[in-house]
Amino acid sequence: MRFDNLLDSVGGTPLVGLPRLSPSPDVRLWAKLEDRNPTGSIKDRPALRMIEQAEKDGTLRPGCTILEPTSGNTGISLAMAAKLKGYRIVCVMPENTSEERRLLLRMWGAEIVSSPAAGGSNEAVRVAKLVAQEHPDWVMLYQYGNDANALAHEEGTGPELLADLPEITHFVAGLGTTGTLMGTSRFFRAHKPEVRIVAAEPRYGELVYGLRNLDEGFVPELYDESLIDSRFSVGPRDAVRRTRELLEQEGIFAGISTGAILHAALGQAAKAVKAGERADIAFVVCDGGWKYLSTGAYEGTVDEAEEQLEGQLWA
Amino acid sequence: MSIDVRIPTILRTYTGGAKEVQGSGGTLADLIDDLEANHPGLKDRLVEAKNGSDDLRRFVNLYVNDEDVRFTGGLGTELSDGDQVVVLPAVAGG
Repeated sequence: MRFDNLLDSVGGTPLVGLPRLSPSPDVRLWAKLEDRNPTGSIKDRPALRMIEQAEKDGTLRPGCTILEPTSGNTGISLAMAAKLKGYRIVCVMPENTSEERRLLLRMWGAEIVSSPAAGGSNEAVRVAKLVAQEHPDWVMLYQYGNDANALAHEEGTGPELLADLPEITHFVAGLGTTGTLMGTSRFFRAHKPEVRIVAAEPRYGELVYGLRNLDEGFVPELYDESLIDSRFSVGPRDAVRRTRELLEQEGIFAGISTGAILHAALGQAAKAVKAGERADIAFVVCDGGWKYLSTGAYEGTVDEAEEQLEGQLWA
Repeated sequence: MSIDVRIPTILRTYTGGAKEVQGSGGTLADLIDDLEANHPGLKDRLVEAKNGSDDLRRFVNLYVNDEDVRFTGGLGTELSDGDQVVVLPAVAGG
């Protein structure tokens, strides 16, 4: 496949069957390999879309500085696109993310402002809003409330899945900004409403949930509960176990959040088998495992890996 | 009947510092009432009145056996002996 430049190659990712992890010929799992995007993550889709939307509506002009709160992956995607388009970029990222994300952000030319580990991404959002007040000329694309985030999936991820798998019955993805699920769901609600939309939400260690008041919790502005049919919380143990199964049995080297998503997808598969129903379950491989090698998720016992992930923002 | 309930750090002032407490009830609403009897003040942190009836607070997530109760009937979600309930504040990702 030929493209004029790297940015044009975002999306159009392969959908591959998982013959060994699928429980039966009637209940099949399919992996959407989003690690094949330019920075190795699904976040290339929303990042590019948010930048292009901001260019179109005039908020982003040559010489502008982009500001974004991120646990890393969206920041890396934005930094890649910003480099090619000539923008300066500042990312606010929690301290407890993997070292690889920091290295990659710097490699693509991003400046990093660290936010406190306690509170995770909620803190990064809070700090970014403060930085935005100090620099009113910087452009915060704000992935949590930017419609272009969801639109990238409504017009990309969703149609690609339906074209490759017309018999799709379930779509399973991770819940962070909620953009993947909101956009893809909106597409299926319009074109194949019987597709069940399932969210897998990472459950972190206690540090990440912080010590501040419950009223200071955070629900992304993009989130619309009615676009989801069920939502599961997946802890690091199940996420690591599934990440390893995906590698062992199907040869796919994915990040830890993908393990959490696979866990939820296998839950849906088991339910279909029990009910004697046919199912074609597509799930998202958000990124490859490269950025998480230093977390210890891929070696030693599952107990050791779980222990090392305690307190880290692993998804 | 016994149901394990995991309490997040910020709510442990109501459970004497306990990470996990036990309760009982046929539904989530019953369980929360039962918890309130032993840990006064807890209910108000989890539930608020919306349009005349009780509902979960916006930034509180509750899971029964890892499934978000907002998709299984909310406070009416039915419980069985041995169920695991987890309470967590809502957090972002991305």
